[in-house]
Amino acid sequence: MRIYLELFLGFLQVGCFSFGGAYAAIPLIRDVVIAYGWLDDEALSYMIAISESTPGPIMVNLATYVGSSQGGLLGAFLATFAVIFPAFVIILLVLVILKTLLKNPAFQAVLGGLKPCVIGIILATGLNMSIGYIFAPSGEMAVLQVKPFIITALLAAIWFPVKYLRKKKFSPLTLIAIAACLGVVVYGL
Amino acid sequence: MKPKNIIWELFATFFKIGLFTFGGGYAMLPVIGSICVEDKQWITHDEMMNITVIAESTPGPMSINCATYVGYQQGRVLGSIAATAGTVAPSFLIIYAISMFLDNFLEITFIANAFRGIQAAVGILILDAAITMLRKMHHTRLSTAIFAVAAVLLLAGDLLAVHISSIALMVAAGVISFAVFAVAGRKGGEGA
Repeated sequence: MRIYLELFLGFLQVGCFSFGGAYAAIPLIRDVVIAYGWLDDEALSYMIAISESTPGPIMVNLATYVGSSQGGLLGAFLATFAVIFPAFVIILLVLVILKTLLKNPAFQAVLGGLKPCVIGIILATGLNMSIGYIFAPSGEMAVLQVKPFIITALLAAIWFPVKYLRKKKFSPLTLIAIAACLGVVVYGL
Repeated sequence: MKPKNIIWELFATFFKIGLFTFGGGYAMLPVIGSICVEDKQWITHDEMMNITVIAESTPGPMSINCATYVGYQQGRVLGSIAATAGTVAPSFLIIYAISMFLDNFLEITFIANAFRGIQAAVGILILDAAITMLRKMHHTRLSTAIFAVAAVLLLAGDLLAVHISSIALMVAAGVISFAVFAVAGRKGGEGA
């Protein structure tokens, strides 16, 4: 019984605080799944990749997966319901009674503080997950892992120059596909 | 328009949107716009712009915000439930099916190797999302400071294995920003 309550409350938190789309939800989901011991960073990143590569909202995909892996069909349903419920209620409230709230300067001030904080959180999460992938703990030290380092360096060398120097549209799915091929080659050797 | 038909049509339309759009909110909004504004004429172009702003300033999946809004405009509360359920249903069914066999799938060496590579891509995609948002951010002394403090605290916390709650950081940022707004407002009031 307890797992259902934890899934519901955990994803309700995510649904209430994920300002700014799917990537703003990832750090919150990471906090929840690590705190309860449901997934580690490796399993979470597999699921993020699958959520990017399957249709539908990424947050919903992640909630359904974590719910299903921890609590079967009912768990999947509760986690999914919890992650969308706040968005649903807030939009109804905005439409019915709070039409002026979004233009309220005090609300805008709070939002103005949340946005940069969320960006900082996403940046740190991306760095932490990459560092955790490239370095493995060994006693008191962290040791550089050659294969993860090679793959990360190659992907970064492809993604950032194409996107920012040549300003071409480069889909996340393409990057994921290239990463899968690199994984097969580098780990297969 | 008969009320029963519109409820079903909302569900079916948003089911299709949920089934055929990959990549989350920013990929879904243009599709929702073209179907709901141009094809179905459920909402106007101005309303769609308005929804986008609302979706960005409220929590939760942006496509759910849109579905709820459009559903309510066409069919009140029942319509909003139909549109929201339609958006979620395909994701739920597909991911539930995947979750049943993913572990077995990962036992195949070839697949496991591919996913170990994919882990690198996910880190880069998250970093890139942050960089994109940072470039669009409205930079003031306060916003830059909040950004830097949040990033450094979380980074240091992870490296030193001290857990820092993202939600606590967000609450603190909201309170600080509100306090600065309130103080500035009072000063402005005294000056006038």
